[in-house]
Amino acid sequence: MFSVLAAIPKSSSRNRTGSWRSLVKPHYLQKECINCGLCKMICPEGCIEGTEKNQYSADLDYCKGCGLCADICPKKDIEMVSNQGTE
Amino acid sequence: MSERGHFEEHCFVSGHTACAGCGQSMAARLVADVAGKNTIVTNATGCLEVFSTLAPQTAWGTPWIHSLFENAAAVASGVEAALIHLGKLDSIRVISQGGDGGTADIGLQALSGMLERGHDILYVCYDNEAYMNTGIQRSGLTPFDAHTTTSPRGTHSSGNPKQKKPLVEICAAHHIPYAATASVGNPRDVQTKVKKALDIRGPKFIQIHVPCPLGWGSEPVDTIKIAKLAVATGLFPLVEYEYGRLLRVTKLPSPKPVEEYLKLQGRFKHLLKNAAELKKVQEVAQKNIEYYGLNSKA
Amino acid sequence: MKQFLEGSWAFADAAKLCRPGVISAYPITPQTHIVEHLAQFVANGELNAQTINVESEHSAASVVLGSQACGVRSFTCTSSQGLMLMAEVVFNIAGMRMPILMICANRALSAPINIWNDQQDSVSLRDSGWIQMYAENNQEAVDLVIAGYKIGEKPRVMLPVMVCVDGFILTHGMEVVDMPTQEEVDQFLPPYNPPYKLDVEKPLSLGLLGGPDVYIETRYAIQKTMEDVLTILPEVGDEFKKKFGRESVRLIEEYRLDDAEVALVAMGSVCGTIKDVIDELRQKGQKVGLLKIVTYRPFPEAAVNKALAKVPYVGVVDKNISLGATGALYTEIKAACSHDKKISGFVMGLGGRDITKNSIESVFSQSKEKVNSCTFVDLHNDLLWEEFRV
Repeated sequence: MFSVLAAIPKSSSRNRTGSWRSLVKPHYLQKECINCGLCKMICPEGCIEGTEKNQYSADLDYCKGCGLCADICPKKDIEMVSNQGTE
Repeated sequence: MSERGHFEEHCFVSGHTACAGCGQSMAARLVADVAGKNTIVTNATGCLEVFSTLAPQTAWGTPWIHSLFENAAAVASGVEAALIHLGKLDSIRVISQGGDGGTADIGLQALSGMLERGHDILYVCYDNEAYMNTGIQRSGLTPFDAHTTTSPRGTHSSGNPKQKKPLVEICAAHHIPYAATASVGNPRDVQTKVKKALDIRGPKFIQIHVPCPLGWGSEPVDTIKIAKLAVATGLFPLVEYEYGRLLRVTKLPSPKPVEEYLKLQGRFKHLLKNAAELKKVQEVAQKNIEYYGLNSKA
Repeated sequence: MKQFLEGSWAFADAAKLCRPGVISAYPITPQTHIVEHLAQFVANGELNAQTINVESEHSAASVVLGSQACGVRSFTCTSSQGLMLMAEVVFNIAGMRMPILMICANRALSAPINIWNDQQDSVSLRDSGWIQMYAENNQEAVDLVIAGYKIGEKPRVMLPVMVCVDGFILTHGMEVVDMPTQEEVDQFLPPYNPPYKLDVEKPLSLGLLGGPDVYIETRYAIQKTMEDVLTILPEVGDEFKKKFGRESVRLIEEYRLDDAEVALVAMGSVCGTIKDVIDELRQKGQKVGLLKIVTYRPFPEAAVNKALAKVPYVGVVDKNISLGATGALYTEIKAACSHDKKISGFVMGLGGRDITKNSIESVFSQSKEKVNSCTFVDLHNDLLWEEFRV
């Protein structure tokens, strides 16, 4: 007999950590983006998508609102905005 | 599994339960993505293990195994031996990883054995400078004067009285092909060093400095800024050793005063009004700068 | 083929015949000869395996955990302090359901440091989730190693196996052993093909954090599997007997128990001495017998109960002591038998103290006198003082 012994890859996708956000969420302005990819590279959640200029966005189902993408953006093209309301 | 593209792109994905702004989850992804799918990971007990593999879920996309706190390097040695036996070591890489406690303290013996035996493994230490998983207790990599729950500040204490263990030198002293430090303050440098390490056969070691907002008493949004300042002040030198010799360092032409680094963190706040202790921390940085030649021109 | 071999050589040979791909161990007396022989087999090209010379037993167990997790049959062996240092990994291996096989060369635990035989080391880890089998002689140990892999690796079982051999008495004793051929073992033991492993083609995460919502089920699953092993192990024993002609692989062995008035219960090499004493006492008209426990975990409670059902007096020989309680086997035999049975416990042979035929004879007679108590046998009372002395 066996019980929980192993997990299938990336099954953490079931865990929507976006609900953790309290105050702020990132808003990708998509105006000055130079496609450096730093936001995607450093996101602790790995929930940023985009491969071309001005097309990056965060998957708010998982974003915990740390603000590091906005902090690292060299063009200040990401703003942290109130977490109230929908995008 | 989610349909979203970011799950496809990464080998360490969303849905893990690290704190917001966690430097370790950032670094773990930098490492995992460079290593790619053909990698087997062994993980020590610690924050990374706990927040990434709470049964029945996992955030890992590659084969991954956790056994115990102090044996990740030994488990990796077994994985590597099995891959040799199966004739698969040419196409599969082995990464072993743990936090500072699991690496520099309780896991140091197993790590030394792994390095000495010459296994083809990259060991990554995510250094957040204390036992964070158990609630911020002092480790051998906790820096001088840092407040932790077991090196608390008090009327008779200004925090951790010991110096940070020179872990990268200990590893380099095994005369392994590659030993380096890196910082999430410079994510591209992390990936460059991981790639360099994975291209070398034999034992490799990388210690990545990863701020911990909860344990360091810092803002999640400051994780990268703080990591950069640790490097810029000389408190966390970025160095590379090959076969025991120090070959490259990240130069600091004009090091920043340590106060700029300390003031962003609750664990050091007791030092800000204490000129004598501040001076001692500045001396730690100065010693690093001189020892590693961080300000020399050559 | 029958060969006159040192125990360690025979055990190493048995391990070799099982074709482990990774071997890792750390030297400790009296286990050393086993790993030395295996290292030589690899050095001579007689065995295609990776031998990993680790820096501790903790790492030895961890290395074989890593290699077994990759789907490669692995082997380790240790003793005494080494097993204690491994203890954390020993539990972990069982919890992760990795059917590693270990030979434990039974030796006393420190302090005082003592390299000689008793069974305190493996008995102390009886709760770890490993199948534990105790060999009476070198032939049995060889057979248990070969069958052990087969039992542990059954897809329904996937539990580690510890074959316990009395240090020095078996490991360093020379005996004639009928060594199976490679062809025979290959026919008996199929290649290891686990239902889960670390594989880049089919990635899995192993060794998860199991919270209160899942943990107890993982322990229950091992417990139920242990119950299954009580059936599976004798089935493998039958297969083994068909292939090799020997009955070594079993839960218990009954020796002249049918009409016995007094029976001893014991594990390991002491059973050989007990059998000799039984034969002598029987010649004198005494109705004595032996219940040998081969499989200590899972504990064959029903088989024990049945075997002892008609025996009025039972003496349990323990080469271990659960300090503050009694010998471990004594407790379990008492629990397995009906309350009205008269059962005595005898702690003996600790730290290599000889268990002589006279001691056994005395234990047989005491089993009818000191009922329902557990006592130490053959103590040197001149070495016992009420106050500290040097």
